Amino acid sequence: MLSRVTRLTSRTRQLDPGRILHTGSRAPQSVAAHLDDQAADDGPRAVSRTSEKDPARHGEQHEGLHYDIPLQDVGTLFPQSLPPRFSMQVKTFGEACLMVRKPALELLHYLKNTDFAHPAVRYVLYGEKGTGKTLSLCHVIHFCAKQDWLILHVPDAHLWVKNCRGLLPSAYDRTRLDQPAEASAWLKNFKTTNERFLSQIKVQGQYVWNKRESTERGRPLGEVVEQGLTRAKSATDAVGVVLKELKGQSRAGGFRLLVAVDGVNALWGRTTLRREDKSLVAAEELALVHNLRKMVRNDWHGGAIALTLSQTGSLFKPRKAYLPQELLGKEGFDALDPFVPILVSNYSPKEFESCVQYYLESSWLQHEKAHTEDGKKQLLFLSDANPGQLERLCAHL
Amino acid sequence: MAAPCVSCGAPLSYRLFLGGRVSFARRHGVWKAAAAELQIGAGSQILRLRHTTGVTTKKNVAALRRETYTVDFIKKQIEEFNIGKRHLANMMGEDPETFTQEDIDRAIAYLFPSGLFEKQARPIMKHPEQIFPKQRAVQWGEDGRPFHFLFYTGKQSYYSLMHETYGKLLDVEKRQNQLQAKGLFSENTKTKDLIGSRWLIKEELEDMLVEKLSDQDYAQFIRLLERLLTVQRDAEEEFVQQFRRSVTIQSKKQLIEPLQYDEQGMAFSTSEGKRKSARAKAVVYEHGSGRIKVNGIDYLLYFPVMQDREQLMFPFHFLDRLGKHDVTCTVAGGGPSSQAGAIRLAMAKALCSFVTEEEVEWMRQGARRGGSRWGRELSPRDLGTADHRPTRQGAEEAGPGGRPQEVHLEEALSAPTQAGRGDAGVCAHVRPTDGRDLPASVRACCGMVCF
Repeated sequence: MLSRVTRLTSRTRQLDPGRILHTGSRAPQSVAAHLDDQAADDGPRAVSRTSEKDPARHGEQHEGLHYDIPLQDVGTLFPQSLPPRFSMQVKTFGEACLMVRKPALELLHYLKNTDFAHPAVRYVLYGEKGTGKTLSLCHVIHFCAKQDWLILHVPDAHLWVKNCRGLLPSAYDRTRLDQPAEASAWLKNFKTTNERFLSQIKVQGQYVWNKRESTERGRPLGEVVEQGLTRAKSATDAVGVVLKELKGQSRAGGFRLLVAVDGVNALWGRTTLRREDKSLVAAEELALVHNLRKMVRNDWHGGAIALTLSQTGSLFKPRKAYLPQELLGKEGFDALDPFVPILVSNYSPKEFESCVQYYLESSWLQHEKAHTEDGKKQLLFLSDANPGQLERLCAHL
Repeated sequence: MAAPCVSCGAPLSYRLFLGGRVSFARRHGVWKAAAAELQIGAGSQILRLRHTTGVTTKKNVAALRRETYTVDFIKKQIEEFNIGKRHLANMMGEDPETFTQEDIDRAIAYLFPSGLFEKQARPIMKHPEQIFPKQRAVQWGEDGRPFHFLFYTGKQSYYSLMHETYGKLLDVEKRQNQLQAKGLFSENTKTKDLIGSRWLIKEELEDMLVEKLSDQDYAQFIRLLERLLTVQRDAEEEFVQQFRRSVTIQSKKQLIEPLQYDEQGMAFSTSEGKRKSARAKAVVYEHGSGRIKVNGIDYLLYFPVMQDREQLMFPFHFLDRLGKHDVTCTVAGGGPSSQAGAIRLAMAKALCSFVTEEEVEWMRQGARRGGSRWGRELSPRDLGTADHRPTRQGAEEAGPGGRPQEVHLEEALSAPTQAGRGDAGVCAHVRPTDGRDLPASVRACCGMVCF
């Protein structure tokens, strides 16, 4: 990466002599504190990155700047749970850079000041398509991980209500349906993310999986997860158990729990799943959905709930819908009420500038006019400062 | 030489018939329908109006010869047309005195609704002069002697016209010589206003003379008239004016909307645009940040496709005014692409008010600057494909910062319609695009810079 960085520095020197001072910032290993001041000093132009890696210390002065997450953290925190385009970008650039933006900062501020004695507060990130809700959520998750919280991350709840194969009637409750594939995938990711908690937390109930297997009281939670992973049939029940235990134990204070669900409107929407007799499955008949709904209720304390609404991937919702009322429907809205809504909007001019700068620095924009003012104006017009659109547009150039 | 067509016994019923200039087949058989109609009421004009032509049962070879009508016949037709017109007016409840041809057309369309696609196949009722092709009356008398002295040239009207014109030319020259001899010749400074009119075209001349001409005949005649005018500009004005038709000059000037001011004192300008079946109205505000709202929805949401947003970008990009104006527009009809095109046109027109005259001209010339498919010169390479589209790789790049895809306001201002294609703007110069195409020997010896 250093070699690539040095190549970049020589190139950018030609482009903009005023930035010689900041070429060093592209090598994060060097002179961290010094550059932090410089990042703050420099005005609205040119700098797009900051070397502040700890989200806890992100503040107003870092707004609009990119910070990168070390790749092993990405592997731990977000095993297959980054949005697909972003994960492609991570692979291409070799680094995972998130922009520090106001909605995320706001949410971080709330989280820093949470009172864990009170019931968990629900924060809902909503906004138009492509404005950066999911990545803001990722930012928050990174922060919580750094603060040693237990992360319960559902990357996309829509995946649980559509295109599922192998629905089984639940062993626990005949009326509900199991989804072994999705449950095992989730358990795997959960295990990767929260490895160290699994041995610390002890199960408080006794669970019988089948004739031969059961988990006694006091056993580590890891065993439940293993059970779910090895026996696909009990995966969904394992998930249910995990959720129940965590909810029950978070109030004890041993750990802080963050429930992060992306696309939470799927929980109260329609599904496209059918049983063998071709009858439609309602969302609450799915065990996973049922348990998750219980999880996002605010009847527990010792943590926080961060949710994202998403129209992309949602079923039967119009393209232009983005407000909570529209996407959640009456049932969902009532279930989630009260919550703290946080609007995520398109880039501000400064953020836009920073994003374009980042792409230029990573040699992503190869067009000769991309770094001119005219080119930037065109990019701004065509993408209307929408992060998703901008990313797609720049992919062509 | 042809006897008037009376054999079918129902010439009156021809008045209302299907088709424009139809060459009649001489019908010996009585049309059944015609007969029936006539039997019902020989004097009843109304029924005759209702008659539509039937189909002949027998095809007569002789009938393929051109039908000729006598003068009496035509006169009778005209009388009947007029009477029929009055009846029609009565039927429609309108005043017969002021019943115009448009009213007749409307009435016929109402009484005989037709779903035929070919407009000329629908029922019409027009003055006999427009229906029956103009024909010559018989050119010779009882004794077989032709009336006109030039009859045996074959083209008597043409030659008599040439004769007359030449006579006039000689007269004019004689007069001029006399004036010059007397010394009263004054340089005629009065220039005849020939602008805004053109000579007759060959078809029009043929119509006038009721005679077929050849191209050379026509050219000869025009040259003669030109010669007449060179001798004396205002010679025989009436005579010459017979052969000139006015050309309506289409005003190429773009109507520039004046600026209006709203309550806050912000200047704005409104205009409309259309493309295919989409109609758009745009209001462009002078100061703004580049926000565009379409039907109340942000343009990013209204046009998810990048191509449509590029269309919206072009007017501003061309004038370097990206991000300086706010726009609110409404659009209806058509699909997303045509709506985008319509809005683009409306915005371009509205921007004219904010922009100087030269820039308006520049916008109109925009297409010639290259980039636009329809306005620029096509290279021989482009002409290779059937629709002259460039087939190069990367020819369809996304707009931003692009190599000048200055598809522009010529197109934009005059609405990117089919007319753009056939315009004089498209000229295919077949010439080598670069020196490589010429043989080396030519290059070497001429030493020219070929381009």
